[in-house]
Amino acid sequence: MTSSLTPPPPRIIARLDIKGPNVIKGIHLEGLRVVGQPGPMARAYYEQGVDEIIYMDTVASLYGRNNILPVVEEAARDIFVPLTVGGGIRSVDDIVAALRSGADKVAINTAAIARPDFIREAAEAFGSQCIVLSVEAKRRGEGRWEALADNGRERTCVDVLEWVHQAEKLGVGEILVTSVDAEGTRRGFDHTLFQAVRGRVSIPVIGCGGAGEAQHVIDAVRDDGLDAIACASIFHYGHMPLPELKAALAREGITVRPDSLAA
Amino acid sequence: MTVLIVDYGRGNLFSLARALEHLDAAYQVSGDPEMLELAERVIFPGVGAFGDAMRGLMERGLVEPLKAAAHRGTPILGICVGCQLLLSKGEEFGAHEGLDLIPGTVGRLPDLRPDDPNATRIPNVGWRWLDVRPGATILGALGENDLMYFVHSYAPMAENEEHVSATIPVNGVDIPVAVRRDNVVGVQFHPEKSGPAGLRLLDRFLKADIRV
Repeated sequence: MTSSLTPPPPRIIARLDIKGPNVIKGIHLEGLRVVGQPGPMARAYYEQGVDEIIYMDTVASLYGRNNILPVVEEAARDIFVPLTVGGGIRSVDDIVAALRSGADKVAINTAAIARPDFIREAAEAFGSQCIVLSVEAKRRGEGRWEALADNGRERTCVDVLEWVHQAEKLGVGEILVTSVDAEGTRRGFDHTLFQAVRGRVSIPVIGCGGAGEAQHVIDAVRDDGLDAIACASIFHYGHMPLPELKAALAREGITVRPDSLAA
Repeated sequence: MTVLIVDYGRGNLFSLARALEHLDAAYQVSGDPEMLELAERVIFPGVGAFGDAMRGLMERGLVEPLKAAAHRGTPILGICVGCQLLLSKGEEFGAHEGLDLIPGTVGRLPDLRPDDPNATRIPNVGWRWLDVRPGATILGALGENDLMYFVHSYAPMAENEEHVSATIPVNGVDIPVAVRRDNVVGVQFHPEKSGPAGLRLLDRFLKADIRV
């Protein structure tokens, strides 16, 4: 029987990478391909019992504009789970606009690397719980990763483990860490990356990049101790629909949030 | 006008408004103190820090009208920081006075204990089962599958046990997450973000007979 004595379920998050009006998916954040429309996809994941949705605008940092908000607003109309919006968030005004469109949290990468104090300003204005640091981690040797900017397109020479530590001190409430090396491959997560990041901070960590089967998610929750997992390809392409993934986790004794639509 | 969503510049009103639309409830979003006199029910959301949120209420002249509505018996639902403001005082970024409708202090969640396998990282972000206190309800019964979504570092530590409706365990301590004193109800979680279970809870508030 479930009660508060049961450990809280790890969040299973659907990540939708957005380009213009479409949801796209790539490999290593490149070679993008259209996989659907944000509204219907988000709606379907909500009905399947997803715990949270992340919208990531893949081009906003590149062109310096924000075109994702109408998409978010449309999707947020009848989806009553938390929404995180990232990509091109570079000012307090951008955050205000995202929250007004129905976002609960914003994910910041490029603008925070360019000016770390932006994190502090954002956390002071909206609270730490509203600010997620998005880290695109590229492996640069044993136990070393570089944080990339602009959706994996730009090098920064910033060390991931130093960066997450600094960002926690500046006031971010969560870390979303994406392995660029594993992203889109469906060959499994970079567990050493997840464990290293988790060990470096005391705030919740969301792992992303590489899920191909239920066992990958089970390992990341059980062995790496992650608070949340964000998946894209396995959901978008139907390799492992969300209800099947949750059922597989439950079979391994990992708590999941039951689908309450039927309740 | 039936339901008033209090707008004092500190909330994600969009989701709450969409939730009420979904429930076919007639509502108005306003920060006008006079609206509080007309409202049959009041929903009082909020995000950010306690002191800043309280400042938002003061700037709009909403403190006394909110207290008056509470004392008149208008059903009031505070959500997240809106719930926290119902208490006497807050401790986030220094001590701040609250609305003092429910005696107690808004305090920080207990820190992570490194050796605890069920440790909760702070902020506490995610879906939780609630321990509803014996004899209490949160505007009606919660079902077995009714987890609620939380994102917070502080919680409403009501002084009187009788005002605590539900708790969750955080790093070894039972933390109040739903409080109630007669017609004034506060929930630390986000029913508007807690899927169908959260919508059902909001619906019960809209229909509940909790005037005094």
